[in-house]
Amino acid sequence: MSELSSLYQDVILDHAKRPRNFHPIPDADHHANGYNPLCGDKVTIYLTLVDDRITDISFQGSGCAISTASASILTETLKGKTRKEAEALFEEFHGLVTGQPVNSSDGPPLGKLAVFSGVCEFPVRVKCASLAWHTLKSALEGTPAEASTE
Amino acid sequence: MATTREIVSPAIAELLPRTFDVRKIREDFPILKQKMHGKPLVYLDNAATSQKPQAVIDALVQYYTQYNANIHRGVYLLSERSTQAYEDARVKLQRFMNAAESREIIYVRGSTEGINLVAQTWGRQHVGAGDEILITAMEHHSNIVPWQILCEEKGARLRVGPINDRGELIMDEFEKLINDRTRLVSVAHVSNALGTINPVKQIVQMAHAKNIPVLVDGAQAAPHMKVDVQALDCDFYAISGHKVFGPTGIGALYGKAKLLESMPPYQGGGDMILSVTFEKTIYSHIPNKFEAGTPNIAAVIGWGTAIDYLTRIGMENIASYEHALLTYANEAIGQVPGVRLIGTAREKTGVLSFVLDGIHPHDVGTVLDQEGIAVRTGHHCAQPVMERFGVPATVRASLAFYNTKQEINALAAGLEHVKAMFA
Repeated sequence: MSELSSLYQDVILDHAKRPRNFHPIPDADHHANGYNPLCGDKVTIYLTLVDDRITDISFQGSGCAISTASASILTETLKGKTRKEAEALFEEFHGLVTGQPVNSSDGPPLGKLAVFSGVCEFPVRVKCASLAWHTLKSALEGTPAEASTE
Repeated sequence: MATTREIVSPAIAELLPRTFDVRKIREDFPILKQKMHGKPLVYLDNAATSQKPQAVIDALVQYYTQYNANIHRGVYLLSERSTQAYEDARVKLQRFMNAAESREIIYVRGSTEGINLVAQTWGRQHVGAGDEILITAMEHHSNIVPWQILCEEKGARLRVGPINDRGELIMDEFEKLINDRTRLVSVAHVSNALGTINPVKQIVQMAHAKNIPVLVDGAQAAPHMKVDVQALDCDFYAISGHKVFGPTGIGALYGKAKLLESMPPYQGGGDMILSVTFEKTIYSHIPNKFEAGTPNIAAVIGWGTAIDYLTRIGMENIASYEHALLTYANEAIGQVPGVRLIGTAREKTGVLSFVLDGIHPHDVGTVLDQEGIAVRTGHHCAQPVMERFGVPATVRASLAFYNTKQEINALAAGLEHVKAMFA
């Protein structure tokens, strides 16, 4: 079961059972919906930006443990970060879960996001982990269409 | 090698005793010896695709090694052999479905293509603005989307017969939906997400009383029970080869000869014509009219071998074994605390769709995979069904006649491991 424990690490299981920032922001100036049609994961990301800095961020939705934990840790990590830092972390996270690490020594550290390093061993679950991030990108860009991992 | 003139190859005839011995049957399926993550494979995703007996694998190899040649065209021996094997398989399918004539069997890529063929030929011919097509709430996307496309094109309306909380078609509501504008009724024989067996004979009678033809999606029925299109009296019946222990990329559409002859062609090209000039082209008779281009010859022959194998065992024997196994599985899985079975119709095939309290199907499937257990998780190409039962997805274990009680026990134990992990 050692491979499974690399995917379902304690931190991930904790965030899946007790997601942080799991509430809407009614007057958020940015939000976006994401949907993974293959498995039914749904997530909505809410953002408040002041001078390009994320002052508040939260999420709602339903999905598998990986997608929920990913959204939860995303909101924890991005609170207080700038738009640019969020975009850099998007690239880094994507590289982490697809097993193609991005070389950016000047970007913000992954911190807790590193727990998702095991996901690259489970290609089918990459989309679960990255759904929240694709949705975040949509929210930042203000794209009207629903985000997806397709 | 057996001459291609014989309908049932002697290799198959000698192979199996008449009694049902699942241990012996499993030996015929080489993939069942495989391991996933070091654990013996417990293959419970038969609704997605079935595994193949060695005889089918051998038939494919034999075809390409010994007599691969294009059909219907050559005057040399290899072409004659491949043509004969291809057409013999059509007769096997005719008998398998009890069609009146072999020309009523059209080869397609799968049941999805079969349904699309009817929608785009018969559908375009007979459905107009304000007309209606009636389906049910338990359909697979392949029996929804082609009709949506047709309805949008023609300004027609798609009507949907509701299902109850057990996943059964509510027959009196369904009957009420049949009216003067209904042009076609299209229903699943067996639901892929719920396992429900629909009373197709009764549905056909209802529709025929008003001169409405019926298409039956038999993809999930043909692997598990004897199909008799004449007894059902349906107008079209679609099945997929890869679900009936044959290769991928092949299926069959049965249609009543008179209907098929009256329909315009589906795809144009070689083999579906009698003669071509730039001024005028004359189409072939059925079945050739609907078989343009070089078909998946190897898959047809492989499928024919699968049909021989099943005929030897007997679909009635398969059905009764699976029924016993389903009864066992319902107990074993239904009793796992936290499991809610989705789809509990009184008449079912061996499909167990369920949710596990508080744990997403995707997570269940990943843990089970590590234990060597293959189940499907998701919406099973039946998103409306998921919505009807208020779930984003289910875990689906689907049985075939090579599955065993031990495998069901392994699944139940696996679910306990899943629960422990996410407790």
